[in-house]
Order: sequence, then C-alpha cells, then structure tokens
Amino acid sequence: MDFREDQIERYSRHILLQDIGVEGQERISRAKVLVIGAGGLGAPVLLYLAAAGVGTLGVMDGDVVDLSNLQRQVIHFTPDVGKPKALSAKEKINRLNPDVHVVAYNEFFTAENALNIIRDYDFIVDGTDNFPVKFLINDACVLSGKPFSHGGILRFDGQTLTHLPGTACYRCAFHSPPPPNAVPTCSQAGVLGAIAGMLGTIQAAETLKFLTGTGELLTNRLLSFQAKSMHFRTTPIRRNAGCPVCGEHPTVTVTTLHEAEQAVCELKKKRG
Amino acid sequence: MAKVIVNGEEQDISLPVSLIELIRQNQVSQPDMVSVQINGIFIVREKYEETIVKEGDEVDFLYFMGGGR
Repeated sequence: MDFREDQIERYSRHILLQDIGVEGQERISRAKVLVIGAGGLGAPVLLYLAAAGVGTLGVMDGDVVDLSNLQRQVIHFTPDVGKPKALSAKEKINRLNPDVHVVAYNEFFTAENALNIIRDYDFIVDGTDNFPVKFLINDACVLSGKPFSHGGILRFDGQTLTHLPGTACYRCAFHSPPPPNAVPTCSQAGVLGAIAGMLGTIQAAETLKFLTGTGELLTNRLLSFQAKSMHFRTTPIRRNAGCPVCGEHPTVTVTTLHEAEQAVCELKKKRG
Repeated sequence: MAKVIVNGEEQDISLPVSLIELIRQNQVSQPDMVSVQINGIFIVREKYEETIVKEGDEVDFLYFMGGGR
C-alpha cells in the first residue's frame, strides 16, 4: 500500500511512533472493524478509529438519535435528533476522514445476523447497552474465532476486557446474564457522559494495539475503574473450565444462539 | 480477626465467614450484581452460601455493567 502525501501528513503522528510506523499504519488502513452500537461507547470508538484511518468501519445500530443521547454520544449532533444512528455516524466519519469506507447497518445485532456480519471483520467492538446482546457478541465472536473488545459502563464506573481466540472470554468471568432488572442499565440508573468517553477511548486504543500488534492487550484481565475515586484496577481472569461457551462442556453453540435471540425479544417486549 | 484480600485491598474480618456474608459486608446490595472469584477461581452463584472464605484468600468482586449507549 502506497500512502499519498496527504495521508502521510494525516497519519504522521502514528507513523512517528516506533511501535507503529508506516507498516503499522498500513495495517490500520487495511483493517476492517465492526462497532456494534453507535452510542455512548460507539461514538468515541468510531471517531478515534475513523481519525486513525481504519480501512473499513462497520457501524451497527438500529436506533435513532434521541435528545437524551447527546449528553454523551458525541458523534451525534443536535440536528441529528430523529435520524438513524448508523447514518448519523456514517456522515460524521465521512467528514472526518474520507479515506474510511463506512458500512452502515441500520439494524440491531441479533442471533440471526450475528455470525454472518462478523465474518467480514478483523475485530469487533461491543458498544451495546444490554446484557443479552453483550453475551451474544461474546458468543458469536468466540464461536467464530474473532477477537473483540467488551465494554460496560454504569453511573461513574466502567469495565473492559479484550478477547483473542484462546484467551478468557466475557462468559469466563460473568457466566450468564444477571436476572432481568437485577442490574440497572444507564437509562435507568444514569451515567456520567465523560465515562463513556473514558471507556470508549480505551476500547479504541485496544483496537489499534491489536491491529498493529503493539504492546500487551487487556487479555486475561478485566480493567475496571471507578471515576469518583479515579481508582483503576486490572483483575486477572483465567480461562474457566466451566465457561458455557469456551469451557470443557459448552452449552452455548451456534444452534443455541437463537435462544439468546429469544431473550432479546422478551427483553424488548418487557421494555414495551 | 483474619486478613483477606478483597479487590486487591486487605480487609480484617472475623472468621468463619461465608461468601454470601462477605458479599453483604462489602455492601453489595444484591448478590446478582457481582461475579465472584476466589484465588482466581470463579464461584457459581448457587455456591455463594456454602463457600467459606479462608484467611489469606484473594476475593474479587466483578460487577455486571450492562451500559454502553
């Protein structure tokens, strides 16, 4: 891949980095990354990956921009209220960096489309807001041998873990979704807007580290922080023999993914 | 009093103590909100009552965080 002069200038601060250089920037420019959810986490992830020149960015979200999103979903602007989030995000990415090919999916990630969509991508980022889909992303990625970044935020806190084939997965640590309504979501409990930025930029950094083979990823450890005290901690996580998807006796398989889909439908019905 | 390490920090507790009791002492309002590992081994939710915490154990409470949008 030969960079044009303007691209060498645009990416010069990456190229200057010894760990990245021209070769690393080429890897970024050839990479395909899928971001599921163009909201609080997805917004910073998409903006930084677009700025970094990721070759293809998949943006998946079936929702439309709401006024209450703008407190933290920094890729959407006031005139975007009512517009599909995937489209709104695509417009901003195109304006930020025309080098990036954007594939906008104006739909939700479901058991039906999961395996088909992630097949085309090198890395997947979880920017979703509910447990059934977080577990579905984990299961689809583990079963497909795809690396991904898990992210979760609530109130003033955040957590993230990176999975590569063979390393501990989200289910190794969290097994199965908590009972519905046992753990509040951001829409019920609230979230400090900047927390989404803090965690999303960590996920974007992990993605770029993965694509360029730089440093040590957050594999086999869960990074969590409490922003009130600004206390950060990484907890070692091991592969769990009892893990329902990557353990010794898996109960989650390609065919059972559809059960997860059922759970999503039920949750949607309950939310009404 | 005995020392256990909870989320990387030493706590003085009186033994014997069950995991469910330690969860309560750490002001986790609902056991459903955490995943727990002791010395790197995850404990399934059904065993929180019968699991006894020993001196020197490293206990990690990992909170479920479902937000993102």
